[in-house]
Amino acid sequence: MSKVLIIAEHDAGKLSAATGKAVRCAQDLGPEALEVAVFVHEGGDDVAGAAAKLDGVTRVLKVTDPANENALAAVLAPQVASLVQDGYTHVLVGNSTFGKDLMPRVAALLGVPQVTDVMKVEGEYVFQRPIYAGNAITTVEAPGDQVLCATVRGASYPAAGEGGNAEVEDRQVDAEIPQHTRFVGREVHKSDRPDLATAPKVVSGGRGVGSEENFKIIYSLADKLGAGVGASRAAVDAGYVPNDMQVGQTGKIIAPELYVAIGISGAIQHWAGIKDAGTIVAINKDEEAPIFEVADLGLVADLFEAVPELEKALD
Amino acid sequence: MKAMVCVKRVVDYNVRIQVKPDESGVVTEGVKMSMNPFDEIAVEEALRLKEAGKIDEIIAVTIGPQQAQEQLRTALAMGADRAILVQTDEAVQPLTAARVFAELAGKEEPGVVLMGKQAIDDDQGQTGQMTAALWQRPQATFASKVEIEGESAKVTREIDAGLETIEVDLPAVITTDLRLNEPRYVKLPDIMKAKKKTIDNTTVEELGVEAAKPLKVTRTAPPPARQGGKKVESVQELVSELKNKGLI
Repeated sequence: MSKVLIIAEHDAGKLSAATGKAVRCAQDLGPEALEVAVFVHEGGDDVAGAAAKLDGVTRVLKVTDPANENALAAVLAPQVASLVQDGYTHVLVGNSTFGKDLMPRVAALLGVPQVTDVMKVEGEYVFQRPIYAGNAITTVEAPGDQVLCATVRGASYPAAGEGGNAEVEDRQVDAEIPQHTRFVGREVHKSDRPDLATAPKVVSGGRGVGSEENFKIIYSLADKLGAGVGASRAAVDAGYVPNDMQVGQTGKIIAPELYVAIGISGAIQHWAGIKDAGTIVAINKDEEAPIFEVADLGLVADLFEAVPELEKALD
Repeated sequence: MKAMVCVKRVVDYNVRIQVKPDESGVVTEGVKMSMNPFDEIAVEEALRLKEAGKIDEIIAVTIGPQQAQEQLRTALAMGADRAILVQTDEAVQPLTAARVFAELAGKEEPGVVLMGKQAIDDDQGQTGQMTAALWQRPQATFASKVEIEGESAKVTREIDAGLETIEVDLPAVITTDLRLNEPRYVKLPDIMKAKKKTIDNTTVEELGVEAAKPLKVTRTAPPPARQGGKKVESVQELVSELKNKGLI
């Protein structure tokens, strides 16, 4: 029977959605214990409390150290590796930039391989994961006699429910924390719109939108739909929008119920980020654009006419 | 200060990959191979650091079959000074690759180890972080800006919430993201010049590195097909379709 440890991701007292999804994935392992580790520099009762509510969680371990203020992989990894020695068989984290940065460092400290981007659990040590930007799905079998480190693909799992009531325990870990890595600052793009990673509806703009200024029609439609806003790599590279809005193989991989791609041609790398979406709508003036091959509803039209018209029709 | 740049031979970015009918893997025979695009960005960054006087020698390293020399030649043509091929015909696990790179870093003592944040074939994104852990040095992943000042580097990283800047003591491992730079094109004379540069050959065994227990790939299948391709003629039709689906 497996004993699973989930590494909580949190920011400003809020538990991330990726953590709830990792817990949901862990449920499929049928574990005898499913514990969440919350690393904080002080306080942390709100985050630990939120983790304790997630369905299936059997215990929350709160680890407090002043060094944990800014979630640095080099600082967290030795603490995680130390905690794992306590009889855990699996360590999971969401496949956010937090998890992608942290988990391989943990795996290397433990001397074990990692399964990146778990999209399905087939057995305690057997998983499906995507390769080649999701153009192939592999089934991998990890050694059963070692700790299994994995990151969980958020788009493949809903968040765990919140009907649980696990106990929260303060835990000391014995780990040597390196001084060689220091936090300098963070530039977070604040937005009142729904979070792109978890929004049920997303409107994205591509190179066809043409400029940062023109992107306002994308925002405007998104606001009318109550949608999050994304972008293709081309739009980010051209400077129309910041990097955290990129959807695709190397940006965010999302699974909204509705995805509206505007002025996006649909390179396979973009497709990799949206293939789990419910309904994909494409608006593009180039009828040869590859996005139309995969969109559920395609409209060949000039976006500067169609998008305002669509917004108006939603009144 | 030396830079060690780790590069991987992968199926070219533009190839539409095919899954083998017996689901044993992806077709790589007769397919164009190239340097992993993220690693190209890593080579370019090393070149820029050298041009800025922060680095005086660039060593390109790869692990792979004999043909992976081609990717080292590309790195040399871009401007790397010498190269090391760690030859193997086996598929290399990230943990094994990291053990090799950490071993080489221990020998070569670079001030910075650069590599792409992930390879576009297996999309695992582990090798840089694992190398840093085994080498017991800092990691700065998903870099979009690198500034080396004396004994440390200030690195801006692309994270889900935006951008984060960290400072790491050198030596350190830096993994490169898309917007760090645009790699230069290689010119013919540079390709000719690169032929005179040295590629040292070694093997995983010669380096005394123990291969990690593998993740066994038992099946490789195409992704579930999506039924797409339906067109609507007008915005009105689009709106009524979305209403029918209960999406608006």
